[in-house]
Amino acid sequence: MTNAKLRSLASNWLGFVLLSALLILVFPAVLDDFRLNLVGKYLSFGFVVLGLVLCWGYTGILSLGQGIFFGLGGYCIAMFLKLEASTPENTAIQSTPGIPDFMDWNQLTELPFFWEPFHSFAFTVIAIMAVPAAVAFILAYAMFKRRVGGVYFAIITQAVTAVLTILIIGQQGYTGGINGITDLRTLLGWDIRTDEAHNILYFICVALLLVCILLGRFVLKSKLGRILVAIRDKEERVRFSGYDVANFKVFVFCVAAALAGVGGAMFTLQVGFMSPTIIGIVPSIEMVIFCALGGRLSLIGAVLGALIVNAAKTTFSEMFPELWLFAMGGLFIGVTLFFPRGLAGLVDDYVVPFLSKVFLGDKKTPPPEPAVTKLAE
Amino acid sequence: MFDYTFSELSSILVMQGFAGLILFSVFILMALGLAIIFGQMGVINMAHGEFMILGAYVTYLTSHLFQDFLPFAYPAYFFVAMVFAFIVSGALGLLVEWVMIRHLYARPLDTLLATWGLSLILQQIYRSTFGAREVGVELPDWMMGSLAVTDTVEVQVNGLFVMALTAAITVAVLVLLFKSRWGLQVRAVTTNRVMSGAVGIDTRRVDRMTFGLGCGVAGVAGAAFTMIGSTGPTSGQLYIVDTFLVVVFGGAQSLLGTVASAFTISQSQSALEFFLSGSMAKVITLLIVIGLLMLRPQGLFVLKVRR
Amino acid sequence: MPHIGPVVESDILLALEGVTVSFDGFKAVNDLSLYIQKGELRVIIGPNGAGKTTVLDLICGRTKVSEGSIAFKDTEVTKLKEHEIVRLGIGRKFQNPSIYEDLTVLENLEISYPKGRGVFGALGFRRTAEVADRIDEIADMIFLKEHLNTKAEILSHGQKQWLEIGMLLIQDPELLMLDEPVAGMSVAERVKTAELLNRIIEGRAVIVIEHDMKFVESIAHRVTVLHQGKVLAEGRMDKIQEDPKVREVYLGH
Repeated sequence: MTNAKLRSLASNWLGFVLLSALLILVFPAVLDDFRLNLVGKYLSFGFVVLGLVLCWGYTGILSLGQGIFFGLGGYCIAMFLKLEASTPENTAIQSTPGIPDFMDWNQLTELPFFWEPFHSFAFTVIAIMAVPAAVAFILAYAMFKRRVGGVYFAIITQAVTAVLTILIIGQQGYTGGINGITDLRTLLGWDIRTDEAHNILYFICVALLLVCILLGRFVLKSKLGRILVAIRDKEERVRFSGYDVANFKVFVFCVAAALAGVGGAMFTLQVGFMSPTIIGIVPSIEMVIFCALGGRLSLIGAVLGALIVNAAKTTFSEMFPELWLFAMGGLFIGVTLFFPRGLAGLVDDYVVPFLSKVFLGDKKTPPPEPAVTKLAE
Repeated sequence: MFDYTFSELSSILVMQGFAGLILFSVFILMALGLAIIFGQMGVINMAHGEFMILGAYVTYLTSHLFQDFLPFAYPAYFFVAMVFAFIVSGALGLLVEWVMIRHLYARPLDTLLATWGLSLILQQIYRSTFGAREVGVELPDWMMGSLAVTDTVEVQVNGLFVMALTAAITVAVLVLLFKSRWGLQVRAVTTNRVMSGAVGIDTRRVDRMTFGLGCGVAGVAGAAFTMIGSTGPTSGQLYIVDTFLVVVFGGAQSLLGTVASAFTISQSQSALEFFLSGSMAKVITLLIVIGLLMLRPQGLFVLKVRR
Repeated sequence: MPHIGPVVESDILLALEGVTVSFDGFKAVNDLSLYIQKGELRVIIGPNGAGKTTVLDLICGRTKVSEGSIAFKDTEVTKLKEHEIVRLGIGRKFQNPSIYEDLTVLENLEISYPKGRGVFGALGFRRTAEVADRIDEIADMIFLKEHLNTKAEILSHGQKQWLEIGMLLIQDPELLMLDEPVAGMSVAERVKTAELLNRIIEGRAVIVIEHDMKFVESIAHRVTVLHQGKVLAEGRMDKIQEDPKVREVYLGH
């Protein structure tokens, strides 16, 4: 194989292969059941950051409301699981048996209409992606058709997040309120609370995530991907090249929302509950920092960012809860000021040239530059 | 709930309107500083609430200083505190602009993230310094109590005071922006940065002063806030989303628009609170604002300019 | 060579009639009527603030007219969206080079290639031999064949202007509108650009806004002089230069 071929193969696939090996081989081998389940939980945020790479990194649309889409996906599966757990036998002591326990506590006597379809597993699977995408569509269509973008869009997404969180917390009888939907037990009769189930769910999560990474790559490598970059850099020129820019933005925002929905569902399955505290304003903006730290222009980097920040959060917030907020704040400031391309940018600038020097005998020239190096303005 | 007499109902409406006016004052106070920074510079300052809280903590400290050392001057401590609050928040604003914001003018979305990080750090500093519990100041005697307007309608003196203060601060900011030479420079830079630089305006300095002023006004807002509520490390975050909506809804470039939209939003929220729970009132208000923004994204008031 | 003769109804490609646009009461374009024939090269000149760029903005839909009508090939375009107007066959070059700095010359041209303009069309778009040939052909025409894989941001200012022209040419528009195509170019680049323009006008109409009188003389067939949002004079360059009204407002300074 020639050097050039090898290099293009390496730059295209090395990251993906390394990530797959880490997730499929290394983690299951070295981590105990408890920690593997934690990693699986972190990886469910990986789906969200993939969407952020597409819509923020490449298209320049910053959403501070990804937690909402994560939550919608999570609530969809949680509703299904809750209904499965609330059989009349299990809930015989309630004044209305057969409905979820929190509804009974809130004096509801029958299942609200929008819960009914979640008896069906097929409906639930579709809803996990379709509900977030539909909400994203309404929001994005209204905003982008009227050419609202940039910071305005970011603020609106945050306001929508506030609205939906307040709504979920306020409507206890329908949503479980601040506690969320808890005490989830089985999926189609399969107990999801055992270590064995957690391990299987971990591998399902990894497999889905890798598929989504490939999907993201497919989008970015297509002409669509270059149009997204073009929209980010010169929206008007794209419009005057005959494209309906809003459609592209709506599309990428919906894809990001659907991805977040899948992530939320995987979170619920692995953790066993879904609650508004996971999806509010603060968690939503934290998801952005996962992406920023890993690299907003790198699918692989962003997933690693989600892993690293979450692992650090678990470790430090237990040991030094006070320092953690400082660290998190510093991360936001440091990354945006000094490493806007995140860890992936550092790897591109330092590690890759070093590796190609060692293995491919390069004198000094860096490998083919990543397709896009500049950041949204 | 409709078995009230007419006079009872109208009293309730008046009281509810008064509560709305207090909320209106809080919105205005927060939104003014934000509108200066966002409207004039296009910078989103997510730490704005924390600058406001800084002013509140400064007021809290000042009240203790007066209690301990100048008890005879206690009735007037608030006015001194307001000045301190302006200076401390404004100075921090200048520092933040110099260290952080000026490097990010070309990347507004990143400014948003960086200032969010700043807000986390400030919150933790407040928590470490003042504790997680909310602190309140003791009001001077003359601010206690309420005025009976009619037999059934009473208004609190501190609420009235905050409203008067809000009006005064708003007028001061408007005068500064539209009558002073500095205000002229700020507006010139907003309209055409390159040209302003060419005619000898130090645009970097104007940016820094604008940011500092916005933060200083936030500090004064925080001082006023202590008159009607207590202060905790995360109090600033409670209002930040609403305030951004106020500013965006009013049309980012227009301070009068900000005032009008703050009035609309606060009055509709407090009116809805009479019929619904507080959280649902907020949900519906926010939804209406978001809906209106979808119909009229440029906000209520905006200039039509030639591109 | 496009013919210059009596205007026949069927020869008209673009017709602006009674067009007015006002910004807060200020009429940037005032009751303007302008007809462009098929295959014509028209140069619009006029002092600063005459409304030249605004006229182009109106035609391509960037600014909406307050009154009047703009018809392109008998289609009213004032109510259409920008991309719909582009798809009718109107291409617009901006005053400052407007290209995608972060992409290569090849990718810039490819994005402008008029296929796969929908979301899913773009997703399924493949760089076929036909596309590649067309890109090569255009790159050759705009003197950038050697630079296909160069990132656009490192091109010279003149090369960026050419690239933008190329991005329009690849769509083969019937009407091409160029806003100051030689601004900021070296003398050698100007000569090449004039040559390029003379080559690309074949089979299409071109509207050029230009300040540089030497350049105008080298390309102009028919000149329209705008002043305060109105047509002050229209005709051949030599006639225009002698017009006392024009000399007063424009050439005189």
